[in-house]
Amino acid sequence: MASAMDSAFAYAPAPESRSVVDIAPSYGLFIDGEFTEAADGKVFKTVSPSTEEVLSEVAQAGEADVDRAVKAARRAFEKWSALPGSERAKYLFRIARIIQERSRELAVLETLDNGKPIKETRDADLPLVAAHFFYYAGWADKLDHAGFGSNPRPLGVAGQVIPWNFPLLMLAWKIAPALATGNTVVLKPAETTPLSALFFADICRQAGLPKGVVNILPGYGDTGAALVAHPDVNKVAFTGSTAVGKAIARQVAGTKKKVTLELGGKGANIVFDDAPIDQAVEGIVTGIFFNQGQVCCAGSRLLVQESIHDELLDSLKRRLATLRLGDPLDKNTDIGAINSAEQLARISSLVEQGEAEGAERWSPSCELPSSGYWFAPTLFTNVTQAHTVARDEIFGPVLSVLTFRTPDEAVAKANNSQYGLSAGIWTEKGSRILAVAGKLRAGVIWSNTFNKFDPTSPFGGYKESGYGREGGRHGLEAYLDV
Amino acid sequence: MSDKPKNTEKTSEKTTDKKAEQHRRLSVFKTYKLYVGGKFPRSESGRVYEVTDPRGTWLANAPRASRKDARDAVVAARKAFGGWSGATAYNRGQVLYRVAEMLEGRKGQFVQEVADAEGLSKAKAAEQVEAAIDRWVWYAGWTDKIAQVVGGANPVAGPYFNLSSPEPTGVVTVLAPQESSFLGLVSVLAPVIATGNTAVVIASEKSPLPALSLGEVLATSDVPGGVVNILTGGTAEIAAPLAAHQDVNAIDLAGADEALAKELEIAAADNLKRVVRPQPVDYSATPGTDRLTAFLETKTVWHPTGALGASGSSY
Repeated sequence: MASAMDSAFAYAPAPESRSVVDIAPSYGLFIDGEFTEAADGKVFKTVSPSTEEVLSEVAQAGEADVDRAVKAARRAFEKWSALPGSERAKYLFRIARIIQERSRELAVLETLDNGKPIKETRDADLPLVAAHFFYYAGWADKLDHAGFGSNPRPLGVAGQVIPWNFPLLMLAWKIAPALATGNTVVLKPAETTPLSALFFADICRQAGLPKGVVNILPGYGDTGAALVAHPDVNKVAFTGSTAVGKAIARQVAGTKKKVTLELGGKGANIVFDDAPIDQAVEGIVTGIFFNQGQVCCAGSRLLVQESIHDELLDSLKRRLATLRLGDPLDKNTDIGAINSAEQLARISSLVEQGEAEGAERWSPSCELPSSGYWFAPTLFTNVTQAHTVARDEIFGPVLSVLTFRTPDEAVAKANNSQYGLSAGIWTEKGSRILAVAGKLRAGVIWSNTFNKFDPTSPFGGYKESGYGREGGRHGLEAYLDV
Repeated sequence: MSDKPKNTEKTSEKTTDKKAEQHRRLSVFKTYKLYVGGKFPRSESGRVYEVTDPRGTWLANAPRASRKDARDAVVAARKAFGGWSGATAYNRGQVLYRVAEMLEGRKGQFVQEVADAEGLSKAKAAEQVEAAIDRWVWYAGWTDKIAQVVGGANPVAGPYFNLSSPEPTGVVTVLAPQESSFLGLVSVLAPVIATGNTAVVIASEKSPLPALSLGEVLATSDVPGGVVNILTGGTAEIAAPLAAHQDVNAIDLAGADEALAKELEIAAADNLKRVVRPQPVDYSATPGTDRLTAFLETKTVWHPTGALGASGSSY
């Protein structure tokens, strides 16, 4: 990306082989253990966002298919929930192991369908997916000891709707705790990233999972809405936008459906004047450019103490100039493609609005590939709290920089948001970390680090970032009648 | 209106009727007022409504709170949130225990009020009041234990310290149960404030007087002003603006019927309030932790653990 790097020190291309994954020209819905066409025969195409190449044609589930899948899940529930927990556990351990075995294949697949760099799918997504199944497998026969009273019961059929930013990881976050607790599942992957969920269906078959325990219904928002609205769904789990989360909360009002929502964020990454600048810069980059910033817990607002603003920004800009944007399958790529034309348009429009409102835009010199959906890493300085780029979730590689003078001001600005999902704190002073962490209204606080995830660590938001937790012992509650 | 009003402030009135007649002493009625921000205002609307016992005998005129009263209560609750949530759990426990102490001393008054409100015998009403006092003690003990029960260290696969802790959700609107005017009220209010939330309570519409008297107890129990705010009047009328209020974080719909609960849950979705739906509850049974955890958020804090040695910290 940087001109200095184009010389003797330029990296040679190092593409990961695509041959480890075999994508079929078409896929069906996965209902009751079988791949099947949609009742109305509808299909949609899924493309590689880095090239716009059509990867496959996928059946699009309609209301009739949702009903069929929920019925299959209901039938499967009786036996699945009655299985001894130790047997359910073994199915999940099998799934975890098969994911580990097939992780390179799934990483390449995910990179192709999503557009994120292979080093992320290989080193972050896939290891976390396998770990999540392994973790919840171990809970299946220990629910009596989870702190929810003796013999906590599953809810029934879980309707789960997941986003496109971490397709397989979000599937794991949803399916692993649901199955461990004895529920059965109907899951709708996002319309731009259905493939890894369909490969997961195959993994369920390899694991010998009983028919109907997991059903996968690719489709658009209306498929998700039909699933949420289905009267025989007992549990709704959604990860996605706050607007859709609110619509779901309205839709389930007056029912007995249990709901968990993991929604948007506008995470503040707070850098104090005593922070180690180099580590902080790495953390800022991880915070907002990991997965092209298409992360609900991204550190999209940088709050920097005024006295180190210039120094930090200089370092940050130098660092951004070394980021490598391009082919997501290249093992040296830092910044991949934006997931869809639609998302690219949204990012572009918000960035234009930022400029129009008077914030100062900066990007490193950066050549974007001629096909596919791309957006250069972008900084906004001279940002005030009233600016749209400081308030709205952009869900792209765009960082808004604000300043503060005192810790109180940093806390007030960090909390000045409808969201409350994540925040970061950078300082060498331990008491300051604990004091600030205690006052931030956010569900996950990373101090002197950022964007770390683990199956044992509960994840979820305050305020309009949603409710319920995923991960850890806490994540069981969403799927138990407690 | 009955010829012989019985204002419940004078608990000994019935037993001393003859004496009172002899002395021709007229009893002193209590003016029931709202409890907002630690003060006892009338409704800003100037409205009241008649409260009767189940037989229709007039008990008092209670304030009929307005939307404006509800908004004022939210402002008071928000203002109190920082201090109350920031108090030590030990301190909150002592304050809740103090509420039990104050109630014990005024038990007779509450027995009379609950008997009148719910048409119970003195003995049955005493059971309710005693259970309510004990409930404050139960929750007083929970304040400094719940974090250990629902929080803890998470063994992440990496060199990180990782701790999950519960924190109060914020300002909680509580629709107190309609039938159990005092034990039910205490059972839904105490868990909300035990963990550091602040509350705006809508009392039982037809039996609001024990709730208003509870305000007087709270005011003398070291509960900081604004931590609990008590409104009386039309449940649906007051609840609607609170369910839609952007500075309310959660709502307990215990006192709503099915239709109202659905309407309020829809309004509450606008800022994603945490909602507890109405459900059958046996208020005489020992409560679990459900009503505590319903209004808690889990915060998880990460920090690198670094490494000791010649090369120093590794982060």
